Amino acid sequence: MEFFTHFGRYLIMLKGMFTKPENTKMYWKEFMRQCVDIGIGSLGIVSIISVFIGAVSAVQTSYQLVSPLIPTETIALIVRDTVILEFSPTLVCIVLAGVIGSKIASELGNMRVSEQIDALEIMGINTKAYLILPKIAAAMLTIPLLVIISMVLGIWGGRLAGVASGIISSDAFDRGLLTKFIPYNVTFALIKSYTFAFIITSIPSYYGYYVKGGALEIGRSSTKSVVVSCIMLLFADYVLTQLLLTH
Amino acid sequence: MIEFINIGKQFGENKVLSEVSHVMQTGKCNLIIGTSGSGKTVLQKCLVGLFEPDRGEIFYDGISFTEMNNQSRKGLRQQIGMLFQGSALFDSLTVEQNIMFPLEMFSKMNYGEKKIRVNEVLARVNLEDANNKFPSELSGGMKKRVGIARAIVLNPKYLFCDEPNSGLDPQTSLVIDKLIFDITKEFNMTTVINTHDMNSVMEIGENILYMYQGKKEWTGNNEEIIFSKNERLNEFIFASKFLQDAKDMRMLEAKGIISDDRNMEEILKNGDKLSN
Repeated sequence: MEFFTHFGRYLIMLKGMFTKPENTKMYWKEFMRQCVDIGIGSLGIVSIISVFIGAVSAVQTSYQLVSPLIPTETIALIVRDTVILEFSPTLVCIVLAGVIGSKIASELGNMRVSEQIDALEIMGINTKAYLILPKIAAAMLTIPLLVIISMVLGIWGGRLAGVASGIISSDAFDRGLLTKFIPYNVTFALIKSYTFAFIITSIPSYYGYYVKGGALEIGRSSTKSVVVSCIMLLFADYVLTQLLLTH
Repeated sequence: MIEFINIGKQFGENKVLSEVSHVMQTGKCNLIIGTSGSGKTVLQKCLVGLFEPDRGEIFYDGISFTEMNNQSRKGLRQQIGMLFQGSALFDSLTVEQNIMFPLEMFSKMNYGEKKIRVNEVLARVNLEDANNKFPSELSGGMKKRVGIARAIVLNPKYLFCDEPNSGLDPQTSLVIDKLIFDITKEFNMTTVINTHDMNSVMEIGENILYMYQGKKEWTGNNEEIIFSKNERLNEFIFASKFLQDAKDMRMLEAKGIISDDRNMEEILKNGDKLSN
């Protein structure tokens, strides 16, 4: 029963975001601020994770390919597809759910508890539209870009680790990258990243916006928002894979 | 003028407001007082639209607030300023940006005009040099003054203050009270103050509504409150021996038994008359 209460209120929150802005310039300013916060702010962690994801997948693939009948180019092919299909969109978004999600929930929670949201309401500002919509929109713009960067860095990390450890030559890796490449995989990864971007910003926004109590509750709701976002993200991952990759 | 008629509000089984009616007068400091949990904050939140009352009607200068659609409410809210208990300043913005925020959102002024207006209101609250400070660098009293400056920057017709003196020392409380009182007179605003600070009641209480367990218990002004026979009100207002003594003193003054520039000898000499 509680689930339906939360879900209903979540939908009402989303509906409440779509009203005419009081001042478009201010909304645009807030949107750009969120783009910097979410996009540029997460670039460092995304880059580090992506390089290591690619490197580890190259080394582990070579460890499992023990047959001399399988060409070494296969390592590059597997690294490419796992990075594009799963690691970059899903793993990066799970990390971002922690980084961005907790930030959004605690920021909005703190604003709620310290009556800053009430202050905006009193001024006649639609707080759902001004505080939540720019966050979701900024995430939906920047997270797919981050995922594309992550794909490139992940594959580069795999190449770097493969060549450095003598598993595969750079030429063989490059040949493997071009073998049986399916462009639709990138489209699939982008569809996932748009969906995940929405999940990892709207759920924490909900938990932050409706927080009640004090500092302890802000912490709790921040943790809960990350947990729920991750679960929903994995569920969406399964559903999208089932819908878009099975024929 | 803000008039509310038979306002009722309950949360689940808990009835917080029961048919409260009153008129908040223009150009006066209207106080809502009462013990913690008496419903004064809920009443104020109903008046500004942060809570929807279950029953009753609210009129802003004769226009029904309860029947307004969202768009009209938005318009009205631009005429409302509110000072929150914790000041509710935006942490990431400087004092200047905090005060400029409503101007940026709702006015068509250029940057220079906005800056002039911000400096005007900062000067009005005696905070000329605080433009570039962040809320975390301000004292409690300064935060309240910035809160007041932000509340009045759009020249509102209605000013709401929720516990303006909470967490402040008595001297700073008096400064804030005087500031609110002066601003109310200067701009002829309808000011509604939610408080349980007795200094405020005595200093600026021109129209007082005393709430008890969600009901209107007593109304009057700061002179009438001294002579009130309402037991619950007296228990609340004159809770300590010190305040009871202060009340007795005011009664002696009113009866002409002691003068305003009294001294202790005079008071001791007239002590018997008081007990009679």
